[in-house]
Amino acid sequence: MKIHLPNSAFLGNIDSFLRGFDPTHPETLEITANDKWISVHPAVLAMVAALGLTVRPENIRCEKFEARSGHYLPRMGLNKILGISSEVSIVEHESAGRFIPLTQIRNSQELSKFISEMIPLLHLGPDQAQTIGYIVSELVRNVIEHAEAASGALLCAQYYKKTNTIRIGIADTGIGIKRTINRSWPASTDLEAIRLALTPGITGTTNREGGTEQNAGAGLFFIKSIASVNRDFFVIYSGRGFFKLKKNKPSSRLALHADPFKDRHSALSDLPYWQGTIVGVDITLDQTKEFSLLLDAIRKTYSSAVRERKRAKYKKPRFL
Amino acid sequence: MRHIVIYKKAGSFAENKDIARDIRVGEIIPALENGEEVVLDFENVDAATQSFIHALISDAFRKFGDETLDLISFKSCNETIKKIIAIVADYMQEGMGDA
Repeated sequence: MKIHLPNSAFLGNIDSFLRGFDPTHPETLEITANDKWISVHPAVLAMVAALGLTVRPENIRCEKFEARSGHYLPRMGLNKILGISSEVSIVEHESAGRFIPLTQIRNSQELSKFISEMIPLLHLGPDQAQTIGYIVSELVRNVIEHAEAASGALLCAQYYKKTNTIRIGIADTGIGIKRTINRSWPASTDLEAIRLALTPGITGTTNREGGTEQNAGAGLFFIKSIASVNRDFFVIYSGRGFFKLKKNKPSSRLALHADPFKDRHSALSDLPYWQGTIVGVDITLDQTKEFSLLLDAIRKTYSSAVRERKRAKYKKPRFL
Repeated sequence: MRHIVIYKKAGSFAENKDIARDIRVGEIIPALENGEEVVLDFENVDAATQSFIHALISDAFRKFGDETLDLISFKSCNETIKKIIAIVADYMQEGMGDA
């Protein structure tokens, strides 16, 4: 496998970075980088870390990062998690208020512990901490419960002062969304499976309305809704499928959609195959709407989506 | 009446679905099956995920239908938790009768 870290890869322009990923020869990993500057979204780092954990450390070839910003990668814990030397001296900084380094979470206990430790690191106000904790909990629990990923979830986050934004990336190398969804719903492509996974009330664990006693199929819809209302990016990539919620224009009327394809978005179905799932989300803190207002909109959209699905199953009268 | 203090089990951010399952299986459903009413007390719980609330109460809707809302009361919920409970209660009732 080969992956090249460009000078810029954030959710707005991540598509071209993903196209450059080469998944062939899965027993080796070659990591190269732009030699002038490296500035990437945490989802990119989570992706590289997740890939690296599928390969024996001696089969990872990571070139020395020449870019002035190359120290960012070891500081975020990439070298440590992959067990490779960084070849740059790192001045350790207190991470409080700035970033959450790459963290591997494999089970429910590790997640609960991580969430309790994460919030103080980011120095957020109570409302913002609630939103970030909510997103991390739902995304990582999806991995733990559905991905069957030997390495669990790889996660990292970074606060960007200039835009007052927290960017979060979570990656796994599990079975991917299509296999999970196909246990209960028909989806012929990765993109169609992503579309179903983002629809409220659709879970791979059952095709019953209301889900099972443990799964509702609402987690991803909630997170997409948080990003949508806050006019932020949200990206999900699994198999060859890719969905990006684009930022809503400030002038546009905010509306939640049960069908993600009715949101302002871009979608691709021909990316290099990613064995597993990657999610990236940006949360602009000064735009964060009060969580409880968002829930009013979710309640309305969710109920109407369930009603419409039920209505679609009704028998229709035969008119001769 | 069974009084269940969520904070004692799940802390101030109720997100661990395994804990929700333990409360559901070990306390809520047995109490309802015994004809007891249940009070879920959210005192000191600042936030809860929809997944946690679903894992806590959705099975009661499957087993007892909308009578669940006569049998379970929710105490000391903040505005956000009230809304998440309302979302779960709505979609469980909307979906009733689905095979």
